[in-house]
Amino acid sequence: MVSHEDEIIRKRQRDRARIMALLLGAFVVLMFFITIAKTGMN
Amino acid sequence: MTNPAALPADWRDFLALTKPRVMSLVVFSGLCGMLAAPVFPPLVLGFTAILCIALGAGACGALNQWYEADLDAKMRRTAKRPLPDGRMDRQSALHFGVGLASFSVLLMGVATNWLAAALLAVSILFYVLVYTVWLKPRTPQNIVIGGAAGAFPPLIGWIAATGNFAALPLLLFAIVFLWTPPHFWALSLFVRSDYAAAGIPMLPVVAGIQSTRRQIFLYSLPMAVAAVAPWPLGLTGPIYGFSAGVLSFVFLVLAARVAGNRAADPSGMEAEKHLFAYSVFYLFALFTVLVADRFLPW
Repeated sequence: MVSHEDEIIRKRQRDRARIMALLLGAFVVLMFFITIAKTGMN
Repeated sequence: MTNPAALPADWRDFLALTKPRVMSLVVFSGLCGMLAAPVFPPLVLGFTAILCIALGAGACGALNQWYEADLDAKMRRTAKRPLPDGRMDRQSALHFGVGLASFSVLLMGVATNWLAAALLAVSILFYVLVYTVWLKPRTPQNIVIGGAAGAFPPLIGWIAATGNFAALPLLLFAIVFLWTPPHFWALSLFVRSDYAAAGIPMLPVVAGIQSTRRQIFLYSLPMAVAAVAPWPLGLTGPIYGFSAGVLSFVFLVLAARVAGNRAADPSGMEAEKHLFAYSVFYLFALFTVLVADRFLPW
């Protein structure tokens, strides 16, 4: 049986994992455009 | 009963560690420093530079709260922050702060230039080591010297755009540096009991209320001179010069009201509260006018 505390822990872990995934995705996109801009400047 | 400290911290608590409200002023001054520069970086690089300034400021907030968790617990104003409230363990805050600081400096270097990245690193280290760890618990001059940390963003914004130092961003540094003591001392006057309870030697706690009020007015004078200086030096146009003069005059009037106030109880410190609120508006308005002056044709 899953306790109330386990439920809170899993929910927070899920939330944090989602946010990390979003931030990593945004970082990849940002690096792509930084690379395009830098190569354009050269 | 659930023990909050035993749980993984909520993402909102990590966000709270970055002090988003303080970050907004830092981001704004960094953006204005960049927009006041004679050349503009490509949009994505400019955006990244401002993002790095924001992340660096967030790292400062996190490391400050990590170091001062015990002090924050003693002050009403800060007792509900994630660490003193037991919603996060200290190690998580330390890892988050160091990670954010390293990431912001590296990204700044990669996206713009390494001079801007080095200045960002210096500003973070200055805020954490010189201000938070060294000066703040030891001397009532903490905010005078520590104010330099908050003065870096316009300089970093400018250098991210141009790659070079110049007179105008150094003056912007001086304006924020001289603005910081009156701004923080006005706040520290009406939350003096909090600082006294935490044993932080802020000027009103050590030197007394009236001395602090005099110092607020005295520091406002060179601040006003620095604010107006870019115009006679030919670095900005008359729109900025006139606006900076009016804004600074109102600042001096409010600072004079503070100097003339004799109330010892926070309930009688309307003048200090007005000056504190106006000081935030002042910096926003001054930097907005600086950018407007750069873009408007007249």
